[in-house]
Amino acid sequence: MLLDIKNLHVKYGNVEALHGIDIQVEEGEIVTLLGANGAGKTTTLNAISGLVKASKGEVLFRGEALHKLPAHKVVTRKITQSPEGRRVFGTLTVLENLNLGAFTSKNKERVAKSLEWIYELFPRLAERRGQLAGTLSGGEQQMLAIGRALMSNPKLLLLDEPSLGLAPVLVTQIFRTVRQINQAGVTVMLVEQNARMALKLAHRGYVMEVGKIVMADSAKALLKNPDVLQAYLGGAE
Amino acid sequence: MEQFFQQLTNGLAIGGIYALIALGYTLVYGVLKLINFAHGDLFTIGAFLGLSLLTAFSLTDKLGFVLGVSALLLMVVCLVGLVGILLDQAAYKPLRSSHRLSAVVSALGMSIVFSNAIMLIFGASPEVYPHGILPSQVLHIMGLPFPVKRLLLLVTSLVLMVALYTFIQKTTIGAAIRAAAIDQDAARLMGINVNRVIMLIFFIGPALGGAAGVMVGLYYGQIKWTMGWLYGLKAFTAAILGGIGNIPGAMVGGLLLGVIESLCSAYISMAWKDAITFVVLILILIVRPTGLLGERVAEKI
Ligand SMILES: Nc1ncnc2c1ncn2[C@@H]1O[C@H](COP(=O)(O)OP(=O)(O)OP(=O)(O)O)[C@@H](O)[C@H]1O
Ligand SMILES: [Mg+2]
Repeated sequence: MLLDIKNLHVKYGNVEALHGIDIQVEEGEIVTLLGANGAGKTTTLNAISGLVKASKGEVLFRGEALHKLPAHKVVTRKITQSPEGRRVFGTLTVLENLNLGAFTSKNKERVAKSLEWIYELFPRLAERRGQLAGTLSGGEQQMLAIGRALMSNPKLLLLDEPSLGLAPVLVTQIFRTVRQINQAGVTVMLVEQNARMALKLAHRGYVMEVGKIVMADSAKALLKNPDVLQAYLGGAE
Repeated sequence: MEQFFQQLTNGLAIGGIYALIALGYTLVYGVLKLINFAHGDLFTIGAFLGLSLLTAFSLTDKLGFVLGVSALLLMVVCLVGLVGILLDQAAYKPLRSSHRLSAVVSALGMSIVFSNAIMLIFGASPEVYPHGILPSQVLHIMGLPFPVKRLLLLVTSLVLMVALYTFIQKTTIGAAIRAAAIDQDAARLMGINVNRVIMLIFFIGPALGGAAGVMVGLYYGQIKWTMGWLYGLKAFTAAILGGIGNIPGAMVGGLLLGVIESLCSAYISMAWKDAITFVVLILILIVRPTGLLGERVAEKI
């Protein structure tokens, strides 16, 4: 097993946002995490990345306790995140943003290869490499956020709402690219509001409600599940 | 014409000093959104450390002018940089997750601690750097006199500024500093150790301030335990003038303030020299609070 989250609790101040969740991710999978606003999806990804601390429970990556590492160390274990809202560095150029994605990578050849691959996945980024990231369109910024997260050759890529605020055409394109990334050997954990598309892409899915996992199943089964249909897919297609 | 040229070069020379100090305010503000009110006192510490080291090791006697002054600057830069790191660890780091006002109060407190410590150690009366360290020749550019020591002061501050700018703009560590200034969590997701970045900032800023202290000592001769207050305030104004958090802004703001001050004191009134700074500060805050080069303050460094 690649990632094993056991009984994870996270608190913000005195308020608990995650009340003990369990998630497993196998190598090579795309696992999606669904849930309404405020369910705790971002908190879960941030707990994996080390941006928030577990108050209880553990996050194991190939058996290593990630929850004991500071965020900048988690990256060196080959786990990266494209955060909610993109969070690109607006006054840095596209290329500077990408290079920061490889901040922990010492192997220059490897980095050059990653960059080449990212430019293949997102040709638009190659065209705009010298442009300030803040001047990119929303879709381009999303590409940059994903590209940046790929620069250090991650084993596990955490994607937080990559379709947020994008036109449908772009969403389709981003999802297709996520599949390509997965086929290149990167395990993906995908948080999405767009449940139908996420389930069509993913192998398995988890459904969260107010800090708890309430369902876990194969993506196919979840797509047919009447409760999921009702709550997240807006009824039958 | 000659008087104008004199005032202009004089303004640029002192403006370079303001710029160096202003960079310390702006670097720290850029990453932590904190005004390090103890920064002016780090400048004073630099001036006094410089004098102590200069006389203790007779640096310029043994090494000659160029090497001696370079060695002196290097030592002071390192020592004041270390004081900066200690200041952050002791006074600001424990308050990182508290309300921003707590750190401001801590900064004001540290300013008092530093200035009083300097007074206790070095005494309350002014100290004087040895005479004749800087060359006293005067160059003539197109018939206009230009003292060599003024040129040296200006060139040294420009070299330090260009070095810093290049470091911030062209190196990976520089990009990491800029990233941390924009979004600390996103920077962490890149694998950047933000605590290290903050340490580095608290080394570089005070180091430049310390260098400015030595330069003022060498150039003007007299130093005093309270000097950091006025220089700090002027440099702070320069940082605001250029747009706080903005590195080129601090440089431009410093040079500009130096020139404004120098020209006003020559053509309006000497007595108003220091008040002009306040006028400039108030005017910017009213007319253009983001400063000359500042746009969205939080995003710029
Ligand atoms: N920094 C924070 N401080 C305090 N509470 C927070 C913080 N971040 C999140 N929370 C709370 O934790 C809970 C889970 O938030 P989280 O952002 O993880 O939800 P989410 O599932 O990602 O929602 P969304 O779909 O809106 O992104 C919410 O109740 C939220 O208000
Ligand atoms: Mg979220």
